[in-house]
Amino acid sequence: MSLLEGENIGLQIDKVRILEDIDLRLEQGELVGLIGPNGAGKSSLVRLLAGVETATRGGIRFDGRPLARIPARTRAQRLGYLAQGAMAHWPLSVEQIIELGRLPYQNWWLQLTPADRDKVERAMRLTETLAYRNRIVTTLSGGEQTLVMLARIFAAEPDLIFADEPVAALDPYHQLHVMEVLRNHAAGGRAAIVVLHDLGLAARFCDRLYLLSHGRLHCCGGVSEVLTRENIAEVYGIDSRVDCNANGVSITSLSRLGDHHP
Amino acid sequence: MIAARIKSPVIYAALLPLLLIVFLLALNVGPVEISLGKAWRDWIGSQTTIETLILFDLRLPRALLALTIGATLGLAGAALQGLLRNPLAEPGIIGVSNGAAFGAVVVFYYGLSGLAWFMLPLGGLLGAVIAVAVIFLLVGKSRSTITLILAGIAINAIGGAMIALALNFAASPYAMQEIVFWLLGSVANRSVNDLYIALPFMVVGWAMMLYCGRFLNALTLGEETAGSMGFDVSRMRLILIIGVTASVGAAVSVAGNIGFIGLVVPHLLRPFVAYEPRRLLPASGVAGAILLLVADIAVQSMSETRELKLGVITSLVGAPFFLFLILKSRNTLQ
Repeated sequence: MSLLEGENIGLQIDKVRILEDIDLRLEQGELVGLIGPNGAGKSSLVRLLAGVETATRGGIRFDGRPLARIPARTRAQRLGYLAQGAMAHWPLSVEQIIELGRLPYQNWWLQLTPADRDKVERAMRLTETLAYRNRIVTTLSGGEQTLVMLARIFAAEPDLIFADEPVAALDPYHQLHVMEVLRNHAAGGRAAIVVLHDLGLAARFCDRLYLLSHGRLHCCGGVSEVLTRENIAEVYGIDSRVDCNANGVSITSLSRLGDHHP
Repeated sequence: MIAARIKSPVIYAALLPLLLIVFLLALNVGPVEISLGKAWRDWIGSQTTIETLILFDLRLPRALLALTIGATLGLAGAALQGLLRNPLAEPGIIGVSNGAAFGAVVVFYYGLSGLAWFMLPLGGLLGAVIAVAVIFLLVGKSRSTITLILAGIAINAIGGAMIALALNFAASPYAMQEIVFWLLGSVANRSVNDLYIALPFMVVGWAMMLYCGRFLNALTLGEETAGSMGFDVSRMRLILIIGVTASVGAAVSVAGNIGFIGLVVPHLLRPFVAYEPRRLLPASGVAGAILLLVADIAVQSMSETRELKLGVITSLVGAPFFLFLILKSRNTLQ
């Protein structure tokens, strides 16, 4: 049984088809990348899988149970969702933000038990955010903020993490850091699905890739099966050079293909 | 900048005794000097004297109204600022204040207030409920907070326009004066009946707003993230807005529009609760009660012949103070 299974997923908003006919599965230990051009439906798909939005067609099963029938609190404990450009709206401290991760386990009084505190500490260690635990989150750099948001998710100890473009607008150091943290999470017997624009990072870190185009699944499979020159030309509308070497697959964007609008 | 993490008990250790002192002071203030001790002794001895009448029929309802209305405004301000994640939100923003005010003005306009003591608060509550119902019909199931704010502003404007219309066609200058004075906001000359009609709505509203505390904390990270943390965002938003409507609608219905408490109090308290929206709720409630009691004491001790209206003094002091807060915190506001 797969950890997550989606069958024939479709989403329609105001008669516009956002997603159609998407089959997807995820096993324990996997880090899966969701790639595709802007507007391909990556974020929508992640929102459906994370249970933040409801699909208009098809079914999603988590751990063998239909996602819609899992109680909200259980879902919040087992699935972590990092929204695109997630940020804090009040100047809370880093530690307060990460403690929010324990919210799905707490009652109305929000008392943190020693066990809760341990999990918060652990999340800070994993993401290397201990050094600025007392800083105000809104004063941190973009990269540091992303790590704090990830730490908030780790504090809940979810089985499955969905991250929507977690490395957009980050410098290479923080990009690698975020991706490593996610890969370690998956390697520890859990799993993660990451939306990525950087095909190089996708190639380097992901076990498998799903390539979306116009709300449909163009193809899926191992990195070298998905990231071919033909697929990239068809879906992204660019000419590229794909090299396989000791470091994995590297992709160089060369030029736009004239008559193609992805 | 290091976040000051002050433990909750410290705040309440400061606020609750202050509330008690201010409340006792409020009972001690009035046009006539009375001995509270004598009033209490007479009351214990089941004697009806001038002192017991003044204390229990006039001052106690007035002080309790100031306390509960202040608490409502502070709590509702904190709740709405948390919901809209905007420090400029105040209870009036969802249209409930002007809706309630218009409902009450209609009662005045048609001279219905003389029919029964409960006509005025009833009209106000009806106005508040209709205003918020219209907003929900307009906004529907839309997730957008901006739509909610804009609809609230529009409903507020319509309420204001209708009030202006009523003033325009008021039967007599006397009727007009009655409406205007009522609109300015006051807890003077209210009876214990006003408290009885408003208090249940306020208490239910408080409970609903406090229930949303966990949700407001989650909302710090945005609506989508709050949804992923197990909250049904539209349901929680509905509960919070019904809570605000019930309590603020009841408050405006018995006391008119009292501005700036709901806006300033959460600002003032936020640093003391480490900016945590949930902890801000009860703290703002207590602080709102203290501030409105202080304002009412000031009103009663300042004016000689014609009493200054409570809503006038809260705006008079609140608006410049708000400006000061903005200037002071402009670097930390997002």
